[in-house]
Amino acid sequence: MVDAVFLALSVLTIGSAIVALEIRSLIYGSIALMLTLSGVAGFFLLLDAPFVAMFQLSVYVGSIAVLILFTVMLVRRELIFNKIEDKRRRYAGIGLMLALMLGIGMIIIGSGMKSMETNSPSVDYRKIGEDFLTYYSPALVVMALVLAASVVGALTLARREDITNDQRAD
Amino acid sequence: MTNGLIDFVLVSVALLAIGIYGLSVKRNAIRMLFGVEMIINSANLNLVAFARFIPNSQGQTLALFSIAIAAAEVAVGLALVIVAYRMYKNIDIEDFRSLKG
Repeated sequence: MVDAVFLALSVLTIGSAIVALEIRSLIYGSIALMLTLSGVAGFFLLLDAPFVAMFQLSVYVGSIAVLILFTVMLVRRELIFNKIEDKRRRYAGIGLMLALMLGIGMIIIGSGMKSMETNSPSVDYRKIGEDFLTYYSPALVVMALVLAASVVGALTLARREDITNDQRAD
Repeated sequence: MTNGLIDFVLVSVALLAIGIYGLSVKRNAIRMLFGVEMIINSANLNLVAFARFIPNSQGQTLALFSIAIAAAEVAVGLALVIVAYRMYKNIDIEDFRSLKG
């Protein structure tokens, strides 16, 4: 059975996910997305994965949500408010969402996953750090290169070519 | 541990369905990115939940890699939104009729 902390976290996560998509202003939407991501970090804490939870907080809530907020502030004011969508597309989307929830939910409830509980001790997070620096060290280097390349790519994409910089001496 | 594996997986399914709803209904480019974020988070939640119940440390390692790659994806996606906004003065994807230079 679930406990109260789990229930509160799931209400927070699912509720703020719906708010993030449905509220009229994009700024409040990104703040609600921040709450969703923090809720997922709370689930990681419940799952005895404090390292992943802190990583989630620092990367998602700390950097991605702030990046989205600044991008929202860069666009014109009337664009950050929702337009009224096509009614039929909206109802079709809600139907698709409910069908997915019920369909996959039924399959999962019907499977043998229900009886799966654990009493084993959780994984020590020192083991993860060790893995990162020994077995996964090539993957870590590749991931750093991917991050650097994506940042350089984002800078190149967003650069304006009509502004020339004439401050060089030569 | 009072919560079973199935509780976490059901929350993850709900998050996935909401993300797919946002991705298919919303026509605002930034809101579609919100949907992508939710889908990625539900996948990460699944990874960590199964890693806790097996138990195994590699699921958490994979989740860490996945979070870092998602950060790169969002950076490039937001740069694309900014470029499209500069070209069309709008972030509604119905207006992005021709995405050529």
